[in-house]
Amino acid sequence: MLTDFGKILIFIILAIVFVIITLLISKLIRPNRPTFEKQKVYECGENPEGSPWVKFNIRFYVVALIFIIFDVEVVLLFPWALIYKEYGIYGFAVGLIFLLILGLGMAYEWRKGDLEWARPQPKPPKLSDILNRNSETLNSN
Amino acid sequence: MSILEIIVISLIKILLVVIVMLTTVAYLVYFERKISAWAQNRIGPNRVGFHGLLQPFADVFKLLLKEDIVPDAANRPLHTLAPFIALFVSFATYAVIPFGPSVNIFGYDIKLVVADVNIGILYVLALTSLGVYGITFAGWSSGSKYSLLGGVRSSAQMISYEVSMGFSIAGVLLLSESLRPIDIVNAQHGWMWNAIVQPIGFITFVVSAFAETNRLPFDLPEAEPELVGGYHTEYSSFKFAGFFLAEYANMIIASCLIVTLYLGGWQNPLVDISGLTGTVATLLYVASFLFKVAFMLFFFIWVRWSIPRFRYDQLMNLGWKVMFPLALVNIIWVAALIMIFNL
Repeated sequence: MLTDFGKILIFIILAIVFVIITLLISKLIRPNRPTFEKQKVYECGENPEGSPWVKFNIRFYVVALIFIIFDVEVVLLFPWALIYKEYGIYGFAVGLIFLLILGLGMAYEWRKGDLEWARPQPKPPKLSDILNRNSETLNSN
Repeated sequence: MSILEIIVISLIKILLVVIVMLTTVAYLVYFERKISAWAQNRIGPNRVGFHGLLQPFADVFKLLLKEDIVPDAANRPLHTLAPFIALFVSFATYAVIPFGPSVNIFGYDIKLVVADVNIGILYVLALTSLGVYGITFAGWSSGSKYSLLGGVRSSAQMISYEVSMGFSIAGVLLLSESLRPIDIVNAQHGWMWNAIVQPIGFITFVVSAFAETNRLPFDLPEAEPELVGGYHTEYSSFKFAGFFLAEYANMIIASCLIVTLYLGGWQNPLVDISGLTGTVATLLYVASFLFKVAFMLFFFIWVRWSIPRFRYDQLMNLGWKVMFPLALVNIIWVAALIMIFNL
Protein backbone atom coordinates (compact mmCIF):
# COMPACT_ATOMS: atom_id res chain seq x y z
CA MET A 1 0.00 0.00 0.00
CA LEU A 2 1.37 3.36 -1.00
CA THR A 3 0.79 5.88 1.78
CA ASP A 4 0.82 9.62 1.25
CA PHE A 5 4.29 9.78 2.74
CA GLY A 6 5.31 7.23 0.11
CA LYS A 7 4.08 9.63 -2.55
CA ILE A 8 6.16 12.38 -0.98
CA LEU A 9 9.16 10.05 -1.07
CA ILE A 10 8.59 9.39 -4.79
CA PHE A 11 8.29 13.12 -5.35
CA ILE A 12 11.53 13.80 -3.45
CA ILE A 13 13.39 11.06 -5.37
CA LEU A 14 12.06 12.50 -8.62
CA ALA A 15 13.27 15.97 -7.61
CA ILE A 16 16.75 14.62 -6.77
CA VAL A 17 16.94 12.64 -10.03
CA PHE A 18 15.82 15.68 -12.02
CA VAL A 19 18.51 17.88 -10.49
CA ILE A 20 21.25 15.26 -10.95
CA ILE A 21 20.27 14.65 -14.57
CA THR A 22 20.28 18.33 -15.49
CA LEU A 23 23.65 18.86 -13.80
CA LEU A 24 25.07 15.80 -15.61
CA ILE A 25 23.73 16.85 -19.02
CA SER A 26 25.23 20.29 -18.64
CA LYS A 27 28.52 18.68 -17.56
CA LEU A 28 28.56 16.53 -20.71
CA ILE A 29 27.84 19.18 -23.31
CA ARG A 30 29.52 22.31 -21.98
CA PRO A 31 33.09 23.26 -22.87
CA ASN A 32 35.77 23.04 -20.19
CA ARG A 33 38.81 25.26 -20.82
CA PRO A 34 40.02 26.52 -17.47
CA THR A 35 42.78 29.11 -17.37
CA PHE A 36 44.61 30.68 -14.45
CA GLU A 37 42.96 34.08 -14.90
CA LYS A 38 39.49 32.59 -15.22
CA GLN A 39 39.72 30.65 -12.02
CA LYS A 40 40.63 33.59 -9.86
CA VAL A 41 38.00 34.84 -7.46
CA TYR A 42 36.09 37.76 -8.92
CA GLU A 43 36.80 41.00 -7.12
CA CYS A 44 35.94 43.66 -9.69
CA GLY A 45 39.23 43.24 -11.55
CA GLU A 46 41.51 43.56 -8.52
CA ASN A 47 43.68 40.69 -7.33
CA PRO A 48 42.02 39.25 -4.22
CA GLU A 49 43.85 40.20 -1.01
CA GLY A 50 43.98 37.98 2.07
CA SER A 51 41.64 35.21 3.11
CA PRO A 52 38.22 35.22 1.49
CA TRP A 53 36.69 34.14 4.82
CA VAL A 54 36.67 37.61 6.32
CA LYS A 55 35.45 38.43 9.82
CA PHE A 56 31.84 39.46 9.91
CA ASN A 57 29.71 41.27 12.42
CA ILE A 58 29.00 39.42 15.69
CA ARG A 59 25.39 40.62 15.45
CA PHE A 60 24.62 37.92 12.92
CA TYR A 61 25.40 35.42 15.65
CA VAL A 62 23.12 37.20 18.13
CA VAL A 63 20.32 37.16 15.58
CA ALA A 64 20.78 33.42 15.12
CA LEU A 65 20.52 32.91 18.89
CA ILE A 66 17.34 34.98 19.14
CA PHE A 67 15.95 33.04 16.19
CA ILE A 68 16.47 29.70 17.92
CA ILE A 69 14.63 30.88 21.05
CA PHE A 70 11.62 32.17 19.15
CA ASP A 71 11.49 29.31 16.66
CA VAL A 72 11.26 26.84 19.54
CA GLU A 73 8.39 28.94 20.86
CA VAL A 74 6.67 28.66 17.47
CA VAL A 75 6.98 24.88 17.77
CA LEU A 76 5.37 25.04 21.21
CA LEU A 77 2.61 27.29 19.90
CA PHE A 78 1.51 24.98 17.05
CA PRO A 79 0.00 22.19 19.22
CA TRP A 80 -1.80 24.81 21.30
CA ALA A 81 -3.27 26.36 18.13
CA LEU A 82 -4.45 22.97 16.87
CA ILE A 83 -6.55 22.08 19.95
CA TYR A 84 -7.43 25.64 21.01
CA LYS A 85 -11.17 25.37 20.26
CA GLU A 86 -11.64 22.38 22.54
CA TYR A 87 -10.49 24.22 25.66
CA GLY A 88 -12.56 27.40 25.52
CA ILE A 89 -11.70 30.27 27.87
CA TYR A 90 -9.14 28.12 29.69
CA GLY A 91 -7.15 27.61 26.48
CA PHE A 92 -7.41 31.32 25.75
CA ALA A 93 -5.97 32.21 29.16
CA VAL A 94 -3.12 29.71 28.82
CA GLY A 95 -2.27 31.00 25.35
CA LEU A 96 -2.39 34.58 26.54
CA ILE A 97 0.00 33.85 29.42
CA PHE A 98 2.38 32.04 27.05
CA LEU A 99 2.31 34.91 24.56
CA LEU A 100 2.81 37.38 27.41
CA ILE A 101 5.98 35.61 28.56
CA LEU A 102 7.12 35.49 24.94
CA GLY A 103 6.39 39.18 24.57
CA LEU A 104 8.34 39.89 27.77
CA GLY A 105 11.36 38.06 26.34
CA MET A 106 10.98 40.10 23.19
CA ALA A 107 10.75 43.35 25.18
CA TYR A 108 13.90 42.39 27.12
CA GLU A 109 15.77 41.70 23.87
CA TRP A 110 14.57 45.03 22.50
CA ARG A 111 15.48 47.03 25.64
CA LYS A 112 18.94 45.42 25.78
CA GLY A 113 19.54 46.66 22.23
CA ASP A 114 20.11 43.21 20.73
CA LEU A 115 17.74 44.06 17.92
CA GLU A 116 19.58 47.26 17.04
CA TRP A 117 21.66 47.14 13.91
CA ALA A 118 24.57 49.48 13.27
CA ARG A 119 22.95 52.18 11.24
CA PRO A 120 24.61 54.97 9.34
CA GLN A 121 24.52 58.23 11.28
CA PRO A 122 25.18 60.97 8.80
CA LYS A 123 26.02 64.36 10.34
CA PRO A 124 24.25 67.12 8.49
CA PRO A 125 26.68 69.98 7.87
CA LYS A 126 26.11 73.05 10.02
CA LEU A 127 26.28 76.53 8.60
CA SER A 128 28.59 77.74 11.37
CA ASP A 129 31.13 74.94 10.64
CA ILE A 130 31.22 75.83 6.97
CA LEU A 131 31.65 79.52 7.76
CA ASN A 132 34.46 78.80 10.26
CA ARG A 133 36.25 76.54 7.78
CA ASN A 134 35.97 79.16 5.08
CA SER A 135 37.29 81.89 7.35
CA GLU A 136 40.20 79.62 8.38
CA THR A 137 41.17 78.97 4.79
CA LEU A 138 40.88 82.66 4.06
CA ASN A 139 43.10 83.46 7.06
CA SER A 140 45.71 80.86 6.12
CA ASN A 141 45.86 82.28 2.64
CA MET B 1 -8.64 0.59 -5.80
CA SER B 2 -5.83 -1.84 -6.30
CA ILE B 3 -2.25 -0.97 -5.44
CA LEU B 4 -1.29 -0.78 -9.11
CA GLU B 5 -4.05 1.74 -9.84
CA ILE B 6 -3.00 3.89 -6.89
CA ILE B 7 0.62 3.87 -8.01
CA VAL B 8 -0.28 4.73 -11.61
CA ILE B 9 -2.60 7.57 -10.52
CA SER B 10 0.06 8.91 -8.15
CA LEU B 11 2.72 8.81 -10.84
CA ILE B 12 0.45 10.62 -13.31
CA LYS B 13 -0.27 13.31 -10.70
CA ILE B 14 3.43 13.69 -9.86
CA LEU B 15 4.42 13.96 -13.52
CA LEU B 16 1.62 16.46 -14.17
CA VAL B 17 2.69 18.64 -11.24
CA VAL B 18 6.37 18.50 -12.25
CA ILE B 19 5.65 19.38 -15.89
CA VAL B 20 3.26 22.21 -15.01
CA MET B 21 5.76 23.53 -12.46
CA LEU B 22 8.70 23.50 -14.85
CA THR B 23 6.82 25.27 -17.64
CA THR B 24 5.47 27.79 -15.14
CA VAL B 25 8.98 28.49 -13.88
CA ALA B 26 10.25 28.95 -17.45
CA TYR B 27 7.42 31.27 -18.41
CA LEU B 28 7.54 33.14 -15.13
CA VAL B 29 11.04 34.28 -16.07
CA TYR B 30 9.66 35.40 -19.43
CA PHE B 31 6.77 37.28 -17.82
CA GLU B 32 9.08 38.88 -15.29
CA ARG B 33 11.13 40.29 -18.17
CA LYS B 34 8.03 41.37 -20.09
CA ILE B 35 6.39 43.04 -17.09
CA SER B 36 9.63 44.77 -16.13
CA ALA B 37 9.83 46.00 -19.71
CA TRP B 38 6.28 47.40 -19.52
CA ALA B 39 7.04 48.99 -16.16
CA GLN B 40 10.08 50.71 -17.62
CA ASN B 41 8.56 51.57 -20.99
CA ARG B 42 10.74 49.12 -22.94
CA ILE B 43 9.77 46.33 -25.33
CA GLY B 44 11.36 43.35 -23.60
CA PRO B 45 12.31 40.04 -25.24
CA ASN B 46 10.64 39.87 -28.66
CA ARG B 47 13.06 38.14 -31.03
CA VAL B 48 12.94 34.41 -30.22
CA GLY B 49 9.60 33.13 -31.47
CA PHE B 50 6.29 35.00 -31.56
CA HIS B 51 6.65 37.99 -29.18
CA GLY B 52 9.66 36.22 -27.65
CA LEU B 53 7.62 33.26 -26.42
CA LEU B 54 10.50 30.82 -27.02
CA GLN B 55 12.92 32.97 -24.98
CA PRO B 56 12.91 30.65 -21.91
CA PHE B 57 14.15 27.72 -24.02
CA ALA B 58 16.85 29.85 -25.59
CA ASP B 59 17.96 30.88 -22.09
CA VAL B 60 18.08 27.28 -20.88
CA PHE B 61 20.20 26.16 -23.84
CA LYS B 62 22.51 29.13 -23.43
CA LEU B 63 23.08 28.24 -19.78
CA LEU B 64 23.55 24.54 -20.62
CA LEU B 65 26.28 25.37 -23.13
CA LYS B 66 28.17 27.84 -20.94
CA GLU B 67 31.49 26.88 -19.39
CA ASP B 68 31.32 26.19 -15.66
CA ILE B 69 33.97 28.31 -13.96
CA VAL B 70 34.81 27.33 -10.39
CA PRO B 71 37.44 29.48 -8.68
CA ASP B 72 40.52 27.72 -7.29
CA ALA B 73 39.80 29.08 -3.82
CA ALA B 74 36.39 27.41 -3.74
CA ASN B 75 35.45 24.32 -1.80
CA ARG B 76 34.34 22.18 -4.75
CA PRO B 77 31.96 19.62 -3.16
CA LEU B 78 30.01 22.27 -1.25
CA HIS B 79 30.09 24.56 -4.26
CA THR B 80 28.28 21.88 -6.27
CA LEU B 81 26.00 20.86 -3.42
CA ALA B 82 24.62 24.36 -2.85
CA PRO B 83 22.55 24.80 -6.05
CA PHE B 84 21.52 21.17 -5.68
CA ILE B 85 19.99 21.88 -2.27
CA ALA B 86 18.35 25.09 -3.47
CA LEU B 87 16.68 23.38 -6.45
CA PHE B 88 15.71 20.23 -4.56
CA VAL B 89 14.10 22.15 -1.72
CA SER B 90 12.03 24.35 -3.98
CA PHE B 91 10.83 21.39 -6.07
CA ALA B 92 10.02 18.98 -3.24
CA THR B 93 7.66 21.47 -1.59
CA TYR B 94 5.10 21.17 -4.40
CA ALA B 95 4.02 17.72 -3.21
CA VAL B 96 1.55 18.99 -0.60
CA ILE B 97 -0.14 21.93 -2.33
CA PRO B 98 -3.81 21.14 -3.09
CA PHE B 99 -4.95 22.69 -6.35
CA GLY B 100 -8.57 21.60 -6.42
CA PRO B 101 -11.28 19.54 -4.68
CA SER B 102 -11.70 15.83 -5.32
CA VAL B 103 -12.52 14.98 -8.91
CA ASN B 104 -14.22 11.90 -10.35
CA ILE B 105 -12.50 10.57 -13.48
CA PHE B 106 -13.36 7.15 -14.98
CA GLY B 107 -14.98 6.09 -11.73
CA TYR B 108 -11.93 6.93 -9.63
CA ASP B 109 -12.22 9.49 -6.87
CA ILE B 110 -9.01 11.48 -7.16
CA LYS B 111 -7.76 14.19 -4.82
CA LEU B 112 -6.10 17.00 -6.72
CA VAL B 113 -2.99 17.00 -4.54
CA VAL B 114 0.10 14.84 -4.91
CA ALA B 115 0.28 13.80 -1.26
CA ASP B 116 -2.51 14.52 1.21
CA VAL B 117 -0.48 14.30 4.42
CA ASN B 118 -1.76 15.38 7.81
CA ILE B 119 1.38 17.46 8.52
CA GLY B 120 1.52 19.26 5.16
CA ILE B 121 2.24 22.71 6.58
CA LEU B 122 5.02 21.39 8.84
CA TYR B 123 6.54 19.69 5.80
CA VAL B 124 6.55 22.97 3.89
CA LEU B 125 8.04 24.86 6.85
CA ALA B 126 10.75 22.23 7.32
CA LEU B 127 11.76 22.27 3.66
CA THR B 128 11.79 26.04 3.35
CA SER B 129 14.06 26.17 6.41
CA LEU B 130 16.44 23.80 4.61
CA GLY B 131 16.60 26.34 1.81
CA VAL B 132 18.79 28.52 4.04
CA TYR B 133 21.55 25.91 3.77
CA GLY B 134 21.72 26.17 -0.01
CA ILE B 135 22.42 29.88 0.14
CA THR B 136 24.76 29.68 3.14
CA PHE B 137 26.83 26.90 1.56
CA ALA B 138 26.98 28.83 -1.70
CA GLY B 139 28.21 31.91 0.11
CA TRP B 140 30.78 30.12 2.24
CA SER B 141 32.14 27.68 -0.33
CA SER B 142 32.78 30.16 -3.13
CA GLY B 143 35.93 31.52 -1.51
CA SER B 144 34.91 35.07 -2.34
CA LYS B 145 34.32 37.93 0.07
CA TYR B 146 31.21 39.10 -1.72
CA SER B 147 29.73 35.63 -1.63
CA LEU B 148 30.50 35.18 2.05
CA LEU B 149 28.90 38.51 3.00
CA GLY B 150 25.90 37.75 0.80
CA GLY B 151 25.48 34.30 2.31
CA VAL B 152 25.74 35.52 5.91
CA ARG B 153 23.31 38.35 5.30
CA SER B 154 20.93 36.04 3.59
CA SER B 155 20.87 33.44 6.34
CA ALA B 156 20.28 36.14 8.97
CA GLN B 157 17.48 37.62 6.87
CA MET B 158 15.78 34.30 6.20
CA ILE B 159 15.84 33.10 9.80
CA SER B 160 14.57 36.49 11.03
CA TYR B 161 11.53 36.38 8.82
CA GLU B 162 10.95 32.69 9.38
CA VAL B 163 9.91 33.48 12.96
CA SER B 164 7.16 35.90 11.95
CA MET B 165 6.14 33.45 9.21
CA GLY B 166 5.69 30.69 11.78
CA PHE B 167 3.67 32.94 14.08
CA SER B 168 1.40 34.06 11.23
CA ILE B 169 0.75 30.43 10.31
CA ALA B 170 -0.21 29.71 13.95
CA GLY B 171 -3.09 32.16 13.42
CA VAL B 172 -4.31 30.11 10.46
CA LEU B 173 -4.04 26.88 12.45
CA LEU B 174 -6.23 28.35 15.20
CA LEU B 175 -9.12 28.51 12.74
CA SER B 176 -8.51 25.32 10.78
CA GLU B 177 -7.49 23.06 13.70
CA SER B 178 -5.43 20.99 11.29
CA LEU B 179 -2.05 21.00 9.56
CA ARG B 180 -3.53 19.30 6.50
CA PRO B 181 -3.62 21.81 3.59
CA ILE B 182 -6.97 20.49 2.33
CA ASP B 183 -8.56 21.03 5.76
CA ILE B 184 -7.13 24.54 5.86
CA VAL B 185 -8.76 25.29 2.50
CA ASN B 186 -12.05 23.75 3.58
CA ALA B 187 -12.04 25.85 6.77
CA GLN B 188 -12.14 28.97 4.57
CA HIS B 189 -15.46 28.09 2.97
CA GLY B 190 -17.49 30.91 1.44
CA TRP B 191 -16.02 34.33 2.19
CA MET B 192 -14.33 33.14 5.39
CA TRP B 193 -10.96 33.64 3.75
CA ASN B 194 -8.17 34.07 6.24
CA ALA B 195 -7.07 37.22 4.44
CA ILE B 196 -10.41 38.78 5.45
CA VAL B 197 -10.66 37.25 8.94
CA GLN B 198 -7.06 38.02 9.94
CA PRO B 199 -5.73 40.82 7.73
CA ILE B 200 -2.73 41.46 10.02
CA GLY B 201 -1.56 37.86 9.71
CA PHE B 202 -2.04 38.05 5.95
CA ILE B 203 0.21 41.10 5.72
CA THR B 204 2.93 39.63 7.95
CA PHE B 205 2.85 36.36 6.02
CA VAL B 206 3.09 38.06 2.63
CA VAL B 207 5.99 40.24 3.79
CA SER B 208 7.77 37.23 5.27
CA ALA B 209 7.20 35.30 2.05
CA PHE B 210 8.86 38.13 0.12
CA ALA B 211 11.82 38.01 2.50
CA GLU B 212 12.05 34.20 2.41
CA THR B 213 12.16 34.14 -1.38
CA ASN B 214 14.80 36.91 -1.43
CA ARG B 215 12.74 39.04 -3.75
CA LEU B 216 12.95 42.80 -3.91
CA PRO B 217 12.51 44.81 -1.71
CA PHE B 218 14.29 42.13 0.38
CA ASP B 219 16.96 40.98 -2.09
CA LEU B 220 19.82 42.10 0.18
CA PRO B 221 21.74 38.81 -0.31
CA GLU B 222 22.38 39.66 -3.93
CA ALA B 223 22.32 43.45 -3.75
CA GLU B 224 24.07 44.23 -7.02
CA PRO B 225 25.46 47.70 -6.24
CA GLU B 226 27.31 46.57 -3.09
CA LEU B 227 27.87 42.80 -3.32
CA VAL B 228 28.15 42.24 -7.12
CA GLY B 229 25.92 39.15 -7.13
CA GLY B 230 25.94 38.15 -3.47
CA TYR B 231 26.05 34.42 -2.86
CA HIS B 232 26.04 33.51 -6.55
CA THR B 233 28.87 35.80 -7.62
CA GLU B 234 31.11 32.80 -8.39
CA TYR B 235 28.47 30.67 -10.08
CA SER B 236 28.13 30.20 -13.79
CA SER B 237 26.60 27.79 -16.28
CA PHE B 238 23.92 25.44 -15.04
CA LYS B 239 24.79 25.86 -11.38
CA PHE B 240 23.80 29.50 -11.72
CA ALA B 241 20.69 28.38 -13.56
CA GLY B 242 19.95 26.18 -10.54
CA PHE B 243 19.80 29.20 -8.23
CA PHE B 244 17.87 31.15 -10.82
CA LEU B 245 15.26 28.42 -11.27
CA ALA B 246 15.07 27.88 -7.52
CA GLU B 247 14.28 31.56 -6.97
CA TYR B 248 11.36 31.43 -9.38
CA ALA B 249 10.18 28.04 -8.13
CA ASN B 250 10.23 29.50 -4.62
CA MET B 251 8.16 32.42 -5.83
CA ILE B 252 5.52 30.03 -7.17
CA ILE B 253 5.52 27.96 -3.99
CA ALA B 254 5.18 31.15 -1.92
CA SER B 255 2.21 32.24 -4.04
CA CYS B 256 0.62 28.81 -3.74
CA LEU B 257 1.07 28.96 0.04
CA ILE B 258 -0.39 32.45 0.31
CA VAL B 259 -3.40 31.33 -1.72
CA THR B 260 -3.83 28.09 0.23
CA LEU B 261 -3.44 29.63 3.67
CA TYR B 262 -5.06 33.03 3.24
CA LEU B 263 -6.97 33.39 -0.02
CA GLY B 264 -9.18 30.35 0.29
CA GLY B 265 -7.23 27.96 -1.95
CA TRP B 266 -9.48 26.72 -4.74
CA GLN B 267 -12.62 28.07 -3.01
CA ASN B 268 -14.70 30.44 -5.09
CA PRO B 269 -17.97 31.70 -3.54
CA LEU B 270 -19.31 32.69 -6.97
CA VAL B 271 -19.16 29.06 -8.11
CA ASP B 272 -20.90 27.99 -4.89
CA ILE B 273 -23.75 30.44 -5.55
CA SER B 274 -24.13 29.44 -9.21
CA GLY B 275 -25.15 25.95 -8.13
CA LEU B 276 -22.89 24.19 -10.63
CA THR B 277 -21.78 20.67 -9.69
CA GLY B 278 -19.66 17.89 -11.10
CA THR B 279 -16.74 18.29 -13.46
CA VAL B 280 -17.60 21.85 -14.56
CA ALA B 281 -17.55 23.09 -10.98
CA THR B 282 -14.27 21.26 -10.31
CA LEU B 283 -12.69 22.85 -13.37
CA LEU B 284 -13.90 26.27 -12.24
CA TYR B 285 -12.43 25.66 -8.76
CA VAL B 286 -9.06 24.67 -10.24
CA ALA B 287 -9.22 27.70 -12.55
CA SER B 288 -9.88 30.03 -9.61
CA PHE B 289 -6.91 28.52 -7.75
CA LEU B 290 -4.67 29.08 -10.78
CA PHE B 291 -6.03 32.60 -11.22
CA LYS B 292 -5.27 33.50 -7.59
CA VAL B 293 -1.75 32.07 -7.89
CA ALA B 294 -1.20 33.97 -11.14
CA PHE B 295 -2.35 37.17 -9.46
CA MET B 296 0.03 36.64 -6.54
CA LEU B 297 2.88 35.99 -8.98
CA PHE B 298 2.04 39.19 -10.80
CA PHE B 299 2.00 40.94 -7.43
CA PHE B 300 5.50 39.61 -6.69
CA ILE B 301 6.81 40.97 -9.99
CA TRP B 302 4.85 44.21 -9.66
CA VAL B 303 6.37 44.92 -6.24
CA ARG B 304 9.86 44.10 -7.49
CA TRP B 305 9.70 46.74 -10.20
CA SER B 306 7.97 49.38 -8.05
CA ILE B 307 9.74 49.48 -4.69
CA PRO B 308 13.45 50.16 -4.03
CA ARG B 309 15.62 47.88 -1.89
CA PHE B 310 15.78 48.25 1.90
CA ARG B 311 18.98 49.08 3.77
CA TYR B 312 20.12 46.17 5.93
CA ASP B 313 19.30 47.75 9.29
CA GLN B 314 15.87 48.74 7.99
CA LEU B 315 15.32 45.16 6.92
CA MET B 316 16.21 43.72 10.32
CA ASN B 317 14.18 46.39 12.12
CA LEU B 318 11.16 45.62 9.97
CA GLY B 319 11.54 41.91 10.63
CA TRP B 320 12.01 41.98 14.39
CA LYS B 321 10.35 45.21 15.52
CA VAL B 322 7.36 45.41 13.19
CA MET B 323 6.49 42.04 11.67
CA PHE B 324 7.17 39.94 14.76
CA PRO B 325 5.00 41.99 17.22
CA LEU B 326 2.29 42.23 14.54
CA ALA B 327 2.28 38.45 14.17
CA LEU B 328 1.86 38.13 17.96
CA VAL B 329 -1.02 40.63 17.90
CA ASN B 330 -2.57 38.60 15.09
CA ILE B 331 -2.57 35.39 17.14
CA ILE B 332 -4.32 37.16 20.05
CA TRP B 333 -6.78 38.74 17.60
CA VAL B 334 -7.72 35.38 16.07
CA ALA B 335 -7.97 33.70 19.48
CA ALA B 336 -10.25 36.50 20.68
CA LEU B 337 -12.37 36.26 17.52
CA ILE B 338 -12.88 32.55 18.11
CA MET B 339 -13.79 33.27 21.75
CA ILE B 340 -16.30 36.01 20.89
CA PHE B 341 -18.00 34.66 17.77
CA ASN B 342 -17.51 30.96 18.50
CA LEU B 343 -16.25 30.42 14.93
